Amino acid sequence: MEFSQLRSQFPALTQSLGDYPLVYLDTAATSQKPQGVIDAMSRYYQADNANVHRAAHQLSARATSQYEAVRDKVKAFINADRREEIIFTHGTTEGINLVALGLASQLKAGDLILLDSAAHHANIVPWQMLAKQTGAEIVPIPLTDEARLDQDAYRQLLARKPSVVALCHVSNVLGTVNPVKEMIAQAKAVGALTLIDGAQAIAHLEVDMQALDCDFYLFSGHKMYGPTGIGILYGRYEALDKLDPLLTGGEMIKQVSFEGTTFNILPNRLEAGTPPIAEVIGLGAAIDFIQSLPREAVRAHEQALLKRLQAKLKQLGGISLYGAHDDNVGAVAFNLSGEHHQDVGILLDQQGIAVRCGHHCAMPLMQTLGLAGCCRASLGVYSTDEDIDRFIQALKSVKELLL
Amino acid sequence: MNDNKLSPSTEAFTGLTLDPQEILPSFTQAANWQERYRALMLLGKRLPPLAEALRQESAQVRGCESNAWLYHREIDGRHYYLADSDARIVKGLIALLLTAVQGQDKKTIAALDLHEYFDRLGLSGQLSPSRTNGVLALAEAIKAAAVESSKR
Ligand SMILES: Cc1ncc(COP(=O)(O)O)c(C=O)c1O
Repeated sequence: MEFSQLRSQFPALTQSLGDYPLVYLDTAATSQKPQGVIDAMSRYYQADNANVHRAAHQLSARATSQYEAVRDKVKAFINADRREEIIFTHGTTEGINLVALGLASQLKAGDLILLDSAAHHANIVPWQMLAKQTGAEIVPIPLTDEARLDQDAYRQLLARKPSVVALCHVSNVLGTVNPVKEMIAQAKAVGALTLIDGAQAIAHLEVDMQALDCDFYLFSGHKMYGPTGIGILYGRYEALDKLDPLLTGGEMIKQVSFEGTTFNILPNRLEAGTPPIAEVIGLGAAIDFIQSLPREAVRAHEQALLKRLQAKLKQLGGISLYGAHDDNVGAVAFNLSGEHHQDVGILLDQQGIAVRCGHHCAMPLMQTLGLAGCCRASLGVYSTDEDIDRFIQALKSVKELLL
Repeated sequence: MNDNKLSPSTEAFTGLTLDPQEILPSFTQAANWQERYRALMLLGKRLPPLAEALRQESAQVRGCESNAWLYHREIDGRHYYLADSDARIVKGLIALLLTAVQGQDKKTIAALDLHEYFDRLGLSGQLSPSRTNGVLALAEAIKAAAVESSKR
């Protein structure tokens, strides 16, 4: 498989910024979109645009069947048991909110919620809201010196019989991978509900709901070569069916009168209002794109790129890397020693290098690492050795300028 | 913004002079972006670092990814500023802003077109509201300080 040819499928990657070709190393924030995704969405608007599930006409029937076909595609993609377990959301953030707030009637004061210390705010703040509502207690699972979740501490916390364990699959800042399969099994053994934030895993790792056996798994279309505005909440049927709906109105309702309302069954029960139809169709095309590539080769290609990136950063000198392990996925967090991450970001941008610099919506992790912020370079299937070499060259220039 | 008890001395305010005629040519005549950003970081060094005690929250300007602090004082109808940041390029950008306003009267400051000013210096992207560098927030705080203080 010739990965360098993939780039031609991504129109946004061919541009230059001033005198410099764009080097896009911000895929963890959002990936670029292949032509197939863009075409699928514009084709839908040009040929089929209609609301789903509602009208008796042919356009709506076409839109509905395309839309519902994506549910089946997602089900197969993550190896879920039933199509009703796939809920369309606007993204990971909405999905976690849907779960956390939907659990309000199942938790009570004193119940324990274990969270990932390296979590994105989206997997922290909804739980804080739930804790506030119910009186439940939040305890973060600490990190080891190597910035991995401390498994001994985790086992000790499990002895306190938590009600919920919420983890990220891959850290959005560091790229570290949690051993989620083992952690889920341990959590289930003490009767906890498990939620995995897969936003940073879905484009890079094989994600199999039967193998993982978690209660909830979430991801966003825009981080897997699909459009913004669409995400997936997977829930094990029984767990999903017990959630209180966060939003009400539209197709989620079975019957309404002023005396009372009954809700529809899954998946509609958790999908209020007109859904993002074109985005769902775009997500379907993104899955087609991912499945058109050989999984193993993609994984090897991305690991080789990440290794090169980590090694070249180390060679450069004067660079601090955070939690950079061989088995990481997709991203490297770093600082240029003694320099502000924002200065580095501005000077890289001058050279056409797109990285993200800041707290990456993971302030507790920044506090643990003792950092005000850091830079993150992240990779996609379209990234190349040349991207990495240009980035390293640009970082050399930044060093010279800042000295 | 200066309701906090702690504030730099009057001498500190008037002691900071930034002469546009001397400063701006290194930007308008820069041969490339490297020279421009070097000039920016050099210029930033002219802003005396604020003492730790003055790096207080009440003086912090919101909307910056880096920390930035701004003090303002009006003396005989003229407006003086002191500012600092923990990021060097932001500090340079602040110094450029101050070059345009330090010691000016309210009317001059209110009439300034800072976008045009940055464009002319080859730094157009940096004052965009879509940036996280916070320079736009600083520019607005600088203008607001002049306009509001004279109302009192
Ligand atoms: C690990 C992780 N969780 C959650 C999110 C939030 O995703 P979204 O903004 O698509 O809802 C992100 C994206 O920034 C992420 O990286």
